[in-house]
Amino acid sequence: MYSNAAKAMAAQLGLTQGRANLEVFAETLQQLATQDSRLTAVTSDSRGSGKLGPYSQALPKQIVEVGIAEQNLVGIAAGLASVGKNVFAVSPACFLTARSFEQIKNDVAYSDNHVTLVGISAGVSYGALGTTHHSLHDFAALRAVNNMTIVAPADNFEAIESVKASAASNSPVYLRFGKAPLYDLPKHADFILGKARTIREGNDAAFIATGETVIHALLAAAHLEQSTGLQCRVISMPSIKPLDTAAILAAAAECKAVVTVEEHMVNGGLGEACAAVIAQSAFKPILKICGIPDEYTVTGSQADIFSHYGISMEGLAKTMQTILSV
Amino acid sequence: MLTNMQLTRKSLEYRRDTLRWIKHAGAGHTGGSLSCLDILNVLYNRILRVSPQTFTSSTRDRYVQSKGHSVEALFVVLAEQGYFHESELETLCQYQSHFVGHPTRKIPGVEQNTGALGHGLPICTGMAIGAKMDNADFRVFTLLGDGEIAEGSNWEAAMAASHYKLDNLTAIVDCNTLQISGRTSDVMNNEPLAEKFEAFGWAVKTVDGHDLTALTEALEKPLVLGKPSAIIARTTKGKGVSFMEDVGKWHHGVPNDDEYARALAEINTALAALKEDSL
Repeated sequence: MYSNAAKAMAAQLGLTQGRANLEVFAETLQQLATQDSRLTAVTSDSRGSGKLGPYSQALPKQIVEVGIAEQNLVGIAAGLASVGKNVFAVSPACFLTARSFEQIKNDVAYSDNHVTLVGISAGVSYGALGTTHHSLHDFAALRAVNNMTIVAPADNFEAIESVKASAASNSPVYLRFGKAPLYDLPKHADFILGKARTIREGNDAAFIATGETVIHALLAAAHLEQSTGLQCRVISMPSIKPLDTAAILAAAAECKAVVTVEEHMVNGGLGEACAAVIAQSAFKPILKICGIPDEYTVTGSQADIFSHYGISMEGLAKTMQTILSV
Repeated sequence: MLTNMQLTRKSLEYRRDTLRWIKHAGAGHTGGSLSCLDILNVLYNRILRVSPQTFTSSTRDRYVQSKGHSVEALFVVLAEQGYFHESELETLCQYQSHFVGHPTRKIPGVEQNTGALGHGLPICTGMAIGAKMDNADFRVFTLLGDGEIAEGSNWEAAMAASHYKLDNLTAIVDCNTLQISGRTSDVMNNEPLAEKFEAFGWAVKTVDGHDLTALTEALEKPLVLGKPSAIIARTTKGKGVSFMEDVGKWHHGVPNDDEYARALAEINTALAALKEDSL
């Protein structure tokens, strides 16, 4: 996932290696379920890939298996929620958000059933398994659904906090987790659903990133400071919807350039959401949307795919330098 | 419990009111509403342990109308049951009305928002699993259309309901044999339907969906302990209005003034005959 230079930069920044968000999700869910007998996990032959083996061993009465049937997964989850369960429906993000889209739209969001939809191995986590197993459409699809909160945590802290916040919420939430181990971001505070988190200060340019790309934006910002003196703000935007427009507008007002970064197709994701906010404001920073272009990705691991499309310390630093001509 | 005579009268009154509100709104699913009204009548007047007063109780029986397009029938029954005043239906389908052309939770008495087909059975399966998890004794009912059976999500849920031995779940299929494009047997044949449910592990009973006694017997308790119940209700689309019965165009046809007068006359004649019978 990281070049040697990126690893060296992480070490310089004092970042420590964390775990996969998927793992801390499963542990957090089990802790919460131990305290809340209403909490129920629903899986579609996905308890293994969802790291829910220990959960199912410890709390067999708080997990429902539906087999390989994602439409049914979400419909049953909605029914369970409607009779008082605190439901986490867990399935690979690629199937959960495409196969079950109408159930998400109608049974969860429109009927306002408090289900937390957990998209596991999201984005290009499944890498070389190919397009069928990638979820590069989920932000776009779910942004178009009313009454839906969309969260892509950037590190273990954000993952744990998002699970807790969703369990305590009363409305539908989509959580998106990858399966690669992640660095811990330097800030372990200020997680509020719907709010941005500023990870690094700076007023020359801003990276607004989400999910597992945030770390690459942070490394790029540090690299740019050392190589060019540019002071780049890094904003982690775990919540794609609702969107923290104040943070976006502040970046647009105070910085010459805004680069958005996401593990999602450039159509309809974080970047276009930010672009819409900025375009309807008085501020006109240079704007660049970094993500997966509108094409079927190259074959490779998540790291290969990120690197190929410039979602890396080197790639993002280069993009920023190019648009600022420095 | 209401007598069969009282229930028969209610069926006629529900049909009269359904036509009245469809005519008033200038929109609605006439044929399918008329085919399922006797089922709704028996459910709400004899089977469901739910009322406007207990609708927020966690132990109430649940009814989810999966064939949501027949919402006019549901609204008429809910109004008669006292969930809201009938006059509120004046706004049905009008600008800014809460009375949408499909069931919505904005209306008291409606459990879930439906209308897209193939959603009710999975939701009810979840409700029934939840009841089992809590050892709660409420029952869960859903009404499906026979055309709707083509949606694959029904069969995902049918498999799960059997797997979890959900004898607290009953699915009623309103088999009126017509859908928007024609005969269900021509559009996508679902027969043998009873055998399909049996093969999925359900207890199945086929009844005349307009026979109030037969419906009561089929619905008053689970057919078999340890299995979900499927009631195949053989019905007539447009039931109760001679020129609408079994005629496809009344799927969402709205009667013109003359047709409405004729339909109303037929129902009123039946109501009058009922009164004479009961004297």
